[in-house]
Amino acid sequence: MNVLFADVPVRGLVVLAVFAAALILAPAVVDDYVLSILILCLYFSFIGQAWNIMMGFAGQLSLGHSLYIGLGAYTSAALFVHFQTIPWIGMLAGMVVAGAAGGIIGGLGFRFGIRGVYFALLTIAFAEFTRVAFDHFGWVGGSSGLFLPVEYRDDSDLLSLRGAPVMFYYVILAFTAGALVLARLILASKIGYYWLAIREDQEAAQALGINVFRYKMLAVVLSAVLTSMAGTFYAFYYNNLYPETIFSMHKSIEILLGVVVGGLGTLFGPILGAFLLTMLGELMTDLAEHIDLDGVKQLFLGLCLLVIIVFRPAGVWPWLARRLGLSGRRDA
Amino acid sequence: MLKVSSVTKYFRGLTAVRQVSFEVPTGAIVALIGPNGAGKTTTFNLINGMLRPEEGRIELDGRDITGLRPDQVCHAGVGRTFQIAKPLAGLSVLDNVVVGGLRITNKVAEARIAAAEILEVLDLAHKRDAAAGSLTLPERKRLEVARALATGPKLLLLDEVMAGLRPNETDALVETFRHLNRSLGLTILLIEHVMRAVMALSEHVVVLNHGVLISSGTPREVVRDPQVLECYLGEEAV
Repeated sequence: MNVLFADVPVRGLVVLAVFAAALILAPAVVDDYVLSILILCLYFSFIGQAWNIMMGFAGQLSLGHSLYIGLGAYTSAALFVHFQTIPWIGMLAGMVVAGAAGGIIGGLGFRFGIRGVYFALLTIAFAEFTRVAFDHFGWVGGSSGLFLPVEYRDDSDLLSLRGAPVMFYYVILAFTAGALVLARLILASKIGYYWLAIREDQEAAQALGINVFRYKMLAVVLSAVLTSMAGTFYAFYYNNLYPETIFSMHKSIEILLGVVVGGLGTLFGPILGAFLLTMLGELMTDLAEHIDLDGVKQLFLGLCLLVIIVFRPAGVWPWLARRLGLSGRRDA
Repeated sequence: MLKVSSVTKYFRGLTAVRQVSFEVPTGAIVALIGPNGAGKTTTFNLINGMLRPEEGRIELDGRDITGLRPDQVCHAGVGRTFQIAKPLAGLSVLDNVVVGGLRITNKVAEARIAAAEILEVLDLAHKRDAAAGSLTLPERKRLEVARALATGPKLLLLDEVMAGLRPNETDALVETFRHLNRSLGLTILLIEHVMRAVMALSEHVVVLNHGVLISSGTPREVVRDPQVLECYLGEEAV
């Protein structure tokens, strides 16, 4: 417990407690529409946290994280459809598959000293050819998609992840909270220090006794494994999977935008960024309905992003945290 | 402690280091000097594993460390600083040293205590919470030393840590190294252009020119060697 809250000023703890309480109580007061948006916010918070481990902490850029969402989603969904495997077992299987994929990409990239943007290109390549492969993978429906039987019911069966939106809300809330705690604990440990050292200067890190290959692999695999959990959630929440959407480049970009806007390498940046962008997106959708012009949503969203990135290049969270005195020394 | 035997390194057509051999006895302070481009930093990179020699052998306490990776060489007991300082710019000064300290312990709390002590020794304690990227050049050099020391080395490789310092700062740092050498028994190999520091610190000097070892001996012998005078120190140095 000590490690979790060390260095966090009282004001930060109060805000965190209020925020957590608001999220826990939200389903009691909001309608289905707002709840669906909150689920989306938390979903992106969770994946953002996972992506941030790799890029924000260890400094390894992945532009193909949709790969791990897709693998997690397809593994658990296919096991459910074909063998009635419960989603939680399917999720574990998806984590293994995604972890292995992360291991292969990291192994190839880092063994041959592929760094920076070239490594990022490698991650895109893997996501893209996996998408093409799934288009022709008949067992999971190929390009016409994989569908989970939809049941409308009011009771919640947590074990088989079938139930009302409220259940999904609490599941993704638990995921997000868990990822935050995990990231915080790792950042305060030897592994966290080593990741930051690698991010800042790989040669210096190596001269300080850090096995750079091993620690980069750890970051990629952990990030992949966590991301795949969101994939399983996606599959059972939306009940339909298409290679075209789930493995898309667009999905990968969507993941990282929130983190960049919120604050790369920070603990609360991914959460803040996910909420900001999702809310902003919804706002623009409403706006677009009134203006009735094609592409107006994308245009406004793009403008907002531009403004944020120009004025807060390090992300909104570090600035907000400093302004309001919310964070301790280490987590800017 | 360190034995470098007939080490050769080519960069494409250029021979950066040719058949260089020297030894650093346990507990000694040895200086590596020579004009720019003589192969001094290349020699350091060969010792610490950033480069792999084409020929020759490097031993640490009788153990062959030729061709090991830098992190393995660090674990074998060699700490190094970089000529162009490589601060972990986004981290605090203390955290930079903590990263080094985590070589000997897995506990961050322990590494933090050790790091704070090392910062005292190198006169950086007042900067512990500053971002490493905000340090001045002399401070960056001292941070390099602090970080390398935190890894608990038997042998410390110092690459021009005195460059750009004022004479009184040089003297203070010389005193620090002497203290580390005497009280902790740390063996030091240093590359240095500041002859004031070389003369004050080292018992033995090795001179490189164009990748070849041209002279070695006590500081007094070396500064009288005509070859060294001609290629490096200049006639007026005596």
